[in-house]
Amino acid sequence: MSSDLFPDTGGPKAENDSRRSFMKQAGGLLGFALAPPLAGQPDSLMANSPVLEVVTKMTLRINGQPRTVQAEPRVTLLDALRERLDLTGTKKGCDHGQCGACTVFIDGQRVNSCLTLAVMVQDKEITTIEGLAKGDTLHPMQEAFLKHDGFQCGYCTPGQIMSGVACVKEGHAKTDSQCRKWMSGNLCRCGAYANILAAVREVADKA
Amino acid sequence: MNDFSYAQATTAKDAVNFLTEKPQSAYIAGGTTLLDMMKANLTEPPRLVDITRLPFTGIEQTKDGLRIGAMERMNAVGEHPLVKELFPAVSESLLLAASPQLRNMASIGGNILQRTRCGYFRDAAFPCNKRVPGSGCPALTGDNHNLAILGVSESCIANAYPGDLSVALAAFDAVLTLENTKGKQRQVLVTNFYLLPGNTPQKETVLEPGELIVAVTIPMAAHAKRSTYLKVRERASYAYALASAAVGLDVQSGTIRAAHVALGGRNTLALARSGKSADRCPGYRSYIPGSGRGSSARG
Ligand SMILES: Cc1cc2nc3c(=O)[nH]c(=O)nc-3n(C[C@H](O)[C@H](O)[C@H](O)COP(=O)(O)OP(=O)(O)OC[C@H]3O[C@@H](n4cnc5c(N)ncnc54)[C@H](O)[C@@H]3O)c2cc1C
Ligand code: SF4
Repeated sequence: MSSDLFPDTGGPKAENDSRRSFMKQAGGLLGFALAPPLAGQPDSLMANSPVLEVVTKMTLRINGQPRTVQAEPRVTLLDALRERLDLTGTKKGCDHGQCGACTVFIDGQRVNSCLTLAVMVQDKEITTIEGLAKGDTLHPMQEAFLKHDGFQCGYCTPGQIMSGVACVKEGHAKTDSQCRKWMSGNLCRCGAYANILAAVREVADKA
Repeated sequence: MNDFSYAQATTAKDAVNFLTEKPQSAYIAGGTTLLDMMKANLTEPPRLVDITRLPFTGIEQTKDGLRIGAMERMNAVGEHPLVKELFPAVSESLLLAASPQLRNMASIGGNILQRTRCGYFRDAAFPCNKRVPGSGCPALTGDNHNLAILGVSESCIANAYPGDLSVALAAFDAVLTLENTKGKQRQVLVTNFYLLPGNTPQKETVLEPGELIVAVTIPMAAHAKRSTYLKVRERASYAYALASAAVGLDVQSGTIRAAHVALGGRNTLALARSGKSADRCPGYRSYIPGSGRGSSARG
């Protein structure tokens, strides 16, 4: 899985926008203040015992790079990405697996990160929206969303793009009707569906 | 904050030990039912025992039929060539369910044990006999347009199994392999697995505490090979069934030799009706699984 269309390893993590950086810092501070106290931390999760009760160091392989987080076992992958790792491209919509805004890949397969516990995917390859572009070169699906105006407010867009990439890779975007069905796990409250469909179908036709 | 721990099991024995060590703990597979319910404060297990690494995997032909490991995921099973060829209705029931993302996560065992979508059950602010036995059932006089019609009781009118897979499994007499906390295995027909609500809607299946679903085996049959799953719902994709049916026909030289039908969506559990015939006027056997009742009729 390392063609142009289906990268599974990291892109740049450059984050220049100062407002965003500030918000992330503030979020980080708040997260820290609320975090429960650290207790006995084995070096790597599961190394000492298969049972975990407290805040522990977890290693997640995200966009090709190992990242460590200190978190309780009840933390979802979505919260670990957004609140602990500053990877805020993945969005929190419903937080119940209904809207698809939190879509990421685990070992190349699209899943809802809101219903995934971070502790359960430590040995897996995780790809987020931040891992799609190569440097300044956007992923073809990102280009297609720009070209076809596949969004209005943009909140569902990272999830739509992740799902679109997976949909094409799975071979489920061959016709409009097939593509609609296999993209139906991603809701768009603005109703940009026609343009989203056009973007995903264009990439599928080129693949 | 509540006490919480996570345990990773690699064998059924470990899983059982981790579970029984802490009362009220729960197994977690794909997490798409369980974490959803935990976030809504409907259940608060003090420990989750991760069973995704148990060897409950594989899709293979055995002498009893096609055996599917309980940890196989919905998409993988639905798209498996053997499932598509031998049990089209099973494949369709899986691929018409939930969303592609959820189907990549959700396991077969978890699907069979998914919980009702009754809005009162899913809102901890309401009483609900299924969630808190004896607290009452607001659905009886409230919003019940998408709850069950068949198999209901004065205590509960929910479609306890709101999903799709078990409907298809019921039509084809699929058998579950269960393993209890002592490591002993038993086989239970899917049609005997679910219980009618009666006065105990909180008890939904014959699964014992701590017992694991290991696999499901679907017997090969001509009617299963010529089958389909019909799902009627409020939108074209990504919605639960308002009503559904798994139908399989054994047709030989223009004559229907056997017909197997199971209904979903509008009943408390997957309702199956099957018949065999040597002539054009088949005798049907109908039953409500789990109730122990059976009747015969000429069709
Ligand atoms: C938005 C949404 C839409 C959905 N739409 C549909 C639909 O249209 N049709 C449909 O059929 N389903 C639908 N579902 C339900 C979905 O299919 C189930 O949530 C899923 O199959 C559960 O599997 P899981 O592996 O995630 O289970 P988990 O959440 O991990 O577990 C569910 C329960 O089963 C127990 N369990 C799991 N595996 C085993 C085992 N092997 N042995 C013993 N106990 C076990 C767990 O302890 C838990 O109590 C939908 C779900 C969501 C969130
Ligand atoms: S129908 Fe059943 S699940 Fe729904 S509120 Fe009544 S008792 Fe609870």
